[in-house]
Amino acid sequence: MIVAFIQRAIVQSIPLLFGSTGEIITEKSGNLNLGTAGVMYVGGICGVMGAFFYEQSVETVNPILAVIIPMLTCILGSALMGVIYSVLTVTLRANQNVTGLALTTFGVGFGNFFGGSLIKLTNADVPSIALSATSKCFKTTLPFADKLGIIGDLFFSYSFLAYVAVIIALITSFYFNRTRSGLHLRAVGENPATADAAGINVTVYKHTSIIIGSIIAGFGGLYYVMDYANGVWSNDGFGDRGWLAIALVIFAIWRPNVSILGSILFGGLFIVYNYIPDLSLSSQELFKMTPYVVTILVLIITSMRQKKESQPPASLGLPYFREER
Amino acid sequence: MNRQVAIELKNISKSFGSVYANKDISMCVYQGEILSILGENGSGKTTLMNMISGIYYPDSGHIIIDGEEAVISSPKDAFKYNIGMIHQHFKLVDVFSAVENIILGLSGSSILNMAAATKKVKEICDKYGFVVDLNKKIYEMSVSEKQTVEIIKVIYRGANILILDEPTAVLTPQETQKLFSILRKMRDDGKSIVIITHKLHEVLSLSDRVAVLRKGEYIGDVETKQTNEAQLTEMMVGKKVELNIERSEPVNTVERLEVKGISCINRDGIKILDNISFVANSGEILGIAGIAGSGQRELLESIAGLQKLNGGEILYHDPKTGFTENLRDKSPVRIKELGVRLSFVPEDRLGMGLVGNMDIVDNMMLRSYKKGKSFFLERKQPKNLALKIINDLEVVTPNENTPVRRLSGGNVQKVLVGREIASNPTVLMAAYPVRGLDINSSHLIYNLLNKQKENGVAVIFVGEDLDVLIDLCDRILVICAGGISGIVDARSTTKEEIGLLMTKTNRGDANES
Repeated sequence: MIVAFIQRAIVQSIPLLFGSTGEIITEKSGNLNLGTAGVMYVGGICGVMGAFFYEQSVETVNPILAVIIPMLTCILGSALMGVIYSVLTVTLRANQNVTGLALTTFGVGFGNFFGGSLIKLTNADVPSIALSATSKCFKTTLPFADKLGIIGDLFFSYSFLAYVAVIIALITSFYFNRTRSGLHLRAVGENPATADAAGINVTVYKHTSIIIGSIIAGFGGLYYVMDYANGVWSNDGFGDRGWLAIALVIFAIWRPNVSILGSILFGGLFIVYNYIPDLSLSSQELFKMTPYVVTILVLIITSMRQKKESQPPASLGLPYFREER
Repeated sequence: MNRQVAIELKNISKSFGSVYANKDISMCVYQGEILSILGENGSGKTTLMNMISGIYYPDSGHIIIDGEEAVISSPKDAFKYNIGMIHQHFKLVDVFSAVENIILGLSGSSILNMAAATKKVKEICDKYGFVVDLNKKIYEMSVSEKQTVEIIKVIYRGANILILDEPTAVLTPQETQKLFSILRKMRDDGKSIVIITHKLHEVLSLSDRVAVLRKGEYIGDVETKQTNEAQLTEMMVGKKVELNIERSEPVNTVERLEVKGISCINRDGIKILDNISFVANSGEILGIAGIAGSGQRELLESIAGLQKLNGGEILYHDPKTGFTENLRDKSPVRIKELGVRLSFVPEDRLGMGLVGNMDIVDNMMLRSYKKGKSFFLERKQPKNLALKIINDLEVVTPNENTPVRRLSGGNVQKVLVGREIASNPTVLMAAYPVRGLDINSSHLIYNLLNKQKENGVAVIFVGEDLDVLIDLCDRILVICAGGISGIVDARSTTKEEIGLLMTKTNRGDANES
C-alpha cells in the first residue's frame, strides 16, 4: 500500500512540478504570474482539442501523432496565454497581480467554454469527453518496468511526461546556477536596472522567460488530462492545482530541484485523505489544506532565518521602465 | 594642444516632458585626464553622463568617438565604445558575489567558468591595487567595497572612459583618498576619467580640468590649476555666493537634552550604541561626525523614541515647565508633543519622512493631522505652509499638489527639512539634511539651522562633510563604532583631528582586553 501511495503521490505531483517549474522561470525574471492556474487549464483544454479533432479525423490513431499533435496544440495555447500576460505586464507595464488573476479567470472560462462545446459535439450522455485512445499513447510506460518489482513500480512505472517534468526541473536548476544566460535572467529578476546597465536586454529576457514558463506550466494541464485523468476532460476537474503550483514555488524557495521533492510531498499531502480510513467529508477537506499549511510554515521559517538567498527575487512584481526615476 | 580627444559631444539636448535637462551641450573629454563635471542639483550633470553611458538617448545632437559618430542607445553600446559608468546608486545585484556581478552581462561561453573569471578579476585588482574579497556577496559588503566592485566591473569590461557619479558622497576621508590615488593611477595608465561632483575641494585636489553646467546648459571649462573656489562657484550658480557660513556665538545656553550612558543592542546581538553620554544645549549646534553607519541613526532614533534601549537614560529639560522628563519611557507621540523634532534624511529620502505618492500639502499634514477638533481635516493651514516652503526654500515644483515622488532629490529634501523646522521645535535633530543638495540650497538649509539656533533651539546636526561641520557647529561629537571617541570644539579643531577620531580603534581594543 505504501508503494501504491507513493506512486499515486508522484502521479499527483507531476502537474504541480510542471506548474511550479514554469512559475519559477517566470518569477526569476521578476514577474509574478498568478495566472498559472489559468495557463495550466488552457494548456489542458488545448491538448484536449488537438487530440479530439485528431481522433475524430482518423480511423486508427498513429501513436506518434497522437502524442505530438496534443503537445503542439498545448504549447500553442499556453504560449499564447504567456504572450497575453507578458505583453500586458512587460510591454504595457500593467499591474502583475491584477493581470495574473484576470488571466486565471479568463483561462478557466476559456477552458470551460471549449470543453462544453466539445462535449456538445460528441452528443454524449455524460458531461465529459473521453479520449482513451490518445491517453493510451501518452500512458505508454517503459516495457521492462513490470519486471523490476518494487523498484520498477516506484521509479519506472510512469509515462514519459513525468520524466520530462523531472528533467526540465533539473535542467532549469542547472540553467539558473551554472550558465551565463541563467545568471543574466536572475539578475533581471533581482535588479532590472542593474541588468540593464550591464547590457542585458531586460525586455527580451522577461518576455522569453514568461512565455517559456507558461509553456512548461501548460504541460502540467496536459499531463493532468491525458495521464492523471485517463484522457477524460470534465469542466472544472482540474481543481486547485494551479494555486498549489504557486504555493510550491514558495515552498521550494525558488529552486526547481527542491521543487521535485516538494511536489511529491505536496502530491502526497493532497491525496493522503484517501489512505486514512473513516474520514468524514469535512475532515477530508482539512487534509487537502495541508500543502498550504506547509507552505505557510516554509514562509515563516524562511522569513525568520532572513537568509537573502531564500527570499523571492528582489524586483518580483515590479514593472521596469528604464527612464523612470 | 596635442591631446587626443576621447569623446566629443556636439549640441546634445534632452528634455523630460516640457523641462530641458540638457540644452545644446558641446564638450570634449581627452585621453589621460581627470575631468570634473561641476554643477548644482538639477543642472543636468547626471543626465548628460547617462546619455554617454546609454541609459538615456539624446533628443538631438551627436556623440563623436574616434572621429566617427557613435550611436549609444543602450549600456551595451557604451561598453562597445569602452565607456563605463559608476552610478551614484550602485548597480549591483545583492545576492550575487563580487565576481558574478563583475561578469554580469558579458558574452562568452554559455556554461560559466567561475574559476577563470575570478583569476582574471584578481589580475586587475593586483594591477591597480584594489582590495576586496571576490567571493563575498554584495549584501554583506560595505559601501566602499561595493564601489570598488563597481570600478573593477567597469575596468574588467575594458573601459577607457570611466564616468563616476558622485563617488565620494558615501566615503570617509580616508576611503576618498584611497579612491583618488586609484583614479590617478588609472589616469597615468592613459584612461579618461570623468567625475561628477559638487564638492569643490575635491574638484580642486583631484581633477585636471573642470567643466561646469548650469540649468542644463554648458557654461564652460577651465584648467584646474588656473581656477579657484570662488570662480567655480560663480560659474556654477551664475552669481557670487557668500560661501562662509555665518556662525554666531551661542547665547543663553541652558542644558536642554542630557543623554546619559545609553546603550543599544540590535537584533543580531551587536552593540550599535555603547554607553553614549552627552549634553545638547539650547542655542547651540551640536555636530555629530562619524563614518556612515557608526550608530548615528540609532542615536537619533533613540532620542525620538523609535529605538529600544538596553540601558541609560535621556533627560529632557522642558523650557516651558522647567521640569525634567526621562524620554526613554515615552512614546514618539509624547516626545513630539514636548517639542523634540527629528528630521531624518536617510539615503532613501522617501523612506521615513515623506510619503512619495502624496502631494506636498498632504505631506505637511503628516505633522499636523492631530490638530483641530473637527471630524474633517483642516487643509488651509497646511496649504499655506506648503506654499511658504516652496517660496522660501525655492522648491522647484509645478505646484503644491504635485506628488513628492516626482520632485528631484534635492527638492524632496527641502520639503522635508522645511516642514520639520516650521513646527517650532525645541530640539531639532537633522541627519544629513543637505545630502545631495547643491551649494545654494545647502546654504539655505545652514541658514535655517542657524536661525533655529539663534531662537534658542538645541540643534543636533549629523553631517558627513567635515568642512561644513567645522564651519557650522559649535561643538562636534565624534562617534566611532557606536561609542563616543571624542567631543571637540568646532572653532579650534581640524579636519585631521576629527578624521582620526572617526577611525579611532584603540577604544575598541581597550574593551576587548
